Amino acid sequence: MSRRFCVFLLLLVTCGFAVAGPTPERERELVHLVRQDCGSCHGLTLKGGIGPSLLPEALRDKSVDGLRYTVLMGRPGTAMPPWKAFLTDDEAAWIVHQLMIGFPQEGSVSK
Amino acid sequence: MSLRFASLLLLTLALLSGCAGSLPGDLRGTGDLGVVIERAAGRVAVVDTSRRRIISSVDGLGDLSHASVVYSRDGRYAYVFGRDGGLSKVDLLQGLIEKRIVQAGNSIGGAVSQDGRLVAAQNYEPGGIKVFDADTLELLADIPATYGDGTRRSKVVGLADAPGNKFVYALFDAGEIWVADLANPRQPKLTKFANIGNQPYDGLITPNGRYYLAGLFGEDGVALLDLWQPEKGVRRILANYGKGQEKLPVYKMPHLRGWSVAGHHAYLPAVGRHEVLVVDTITWQEVGRIAVKGQPVFVMARPDGRQVWVNFAFPDNGWVQVIDTLEQKLVQTLAPGKAVLHLEFTPRGEAVWISARDDNRVTVYDTATFQKLTELTVESPSGIFFTARAARTGF
Repeated sequence: MSRRFCVFLLLLVTCGFAVAGPTPERERELVHLVRQDCGSCHGLTLKGGIGPSLLPEALRDKSVDGLRYTVLMGRPGTAMPPWKAFLTDDEAAWIVHQLMIGFPQEGSVSK
Repeated sequence: MSLRFASLLLLTLALLSGCAGSLPGDLRGTGDLGVVIERAAGRVAVVDTSRRRIISSVDGLGDLSHASVVYSRDGRYAYVFGRDGGLSKVDLLQGLIEKRIVQAGNSIGGAVSQDGRLVAAQNYEPGGIKVFDADTLELLADIPATYGDGTRRSKVVGLADAPGNKFVYALFDAGEIWVADLANPRQPKLTKFANIGNQPYDGLITPNGRYYLAGLFGEDGVALLDLWQPEKGVRRILANYGKGQEKLPVYKMPHLRGWSVAGHHAYLPAVGRHEVLVVDTITWQEVGRIAVKGQPVFVMARPDGRQVWVNFAFPDNGWVQVIDTLEQKLVQTLAPGKAVLHLEFTPRGEAVWISARDDNRVTVYDTATFQKLTELTVESPSGIFFTARAARTGF
């Protein structure tokens, strides 16, 4: 009985890890947030504005962890604010990954 | 036979003229027209503010994130500046693009000269301004915003026209204000003011064309230049308005324009504080501050100066608040929709049009009663620009 419960718990935990990425609905929200709200400084096409370009070629040589940190904590001395109040660590990691491979358009379901 | 041909010709002509909308009965002015940017679609909706409706749509305008519009002095043509460096001359009466050029890699706005003959674009990439013939869009002057050792180019912000066919603007990366005198358009004369402050993010010129203000992002304060006495140099106002307190995060840059001035006060967005700062435009001393719901983005006076309307950066961008300038306090809070990006008053201010991007809606309010007058469906609307701007210095 208690062993069965342990297996159940273990399953729950593994499942938790397996679905660490955002849900499809949350993905849509994140794509909208990046395109529209990050876009107010980086441009709708993310090629840059008052903020730098976020296109894959501009990010190629940057560290993934550094970018994730910048998204969450901002960059003092620049106009980049911290987004940690609105994003989890995993969501920031997902955004950085998508930026580096070419960010999805709104309305697309690419992952 | 020839009679038949003639009647056919007549019929064709009648049809053609009908298509062009040029029948005498269709003649109209443009004083109550304007455009609404449909940011994601690369399109503008041409609107009639008397009938409160969309009269045509013009597409093919490129990347319109952060698009802005200035008007020819006859109010017929809208110059639309796109993020992709596109500059399009849109004929409001015919609802079509008369001319379009791509003049830079990354652009955010422009201005029309005092005499209406020149249109200037302010560019991020390559950093600088370009000045064009307002009729033909022929390039007349290319003024790179070089600074430091002369190899670096700054993003240009806060471009405004000034009396004497001058354009005044700020260099975000360099911390400078430049005055370009285009009295002779092919031989511009530059006056540069260095060390005006850290990261000027936008600028405005007072409605009388006398003072240029550049808001600073990198430090608390505003740089002020008296264009009647430029030899006195740039001075700092509102220095240290944050009093050393830690700034709140800014999720969208505030915008400045001459609409900030109401009577003898200017209402300016604080940066990193949820406040509107009130400055006396004679002494340039702070005379008050008004706490608001979020980081102010547009702080716009109704044309008569009795009210100031404010919208906010993410995540407070669902609200609009109204300040009564006589009482110096908030008198109204409205929720026009999700992601309110811009507002524009009708020429004499009886109504205000407000865009809500995520609700695909523009709402028109009566500014005396705050009642909704109508709603228009517009795809992902951002900036709203009415032709009354054509007659204003600094727009």
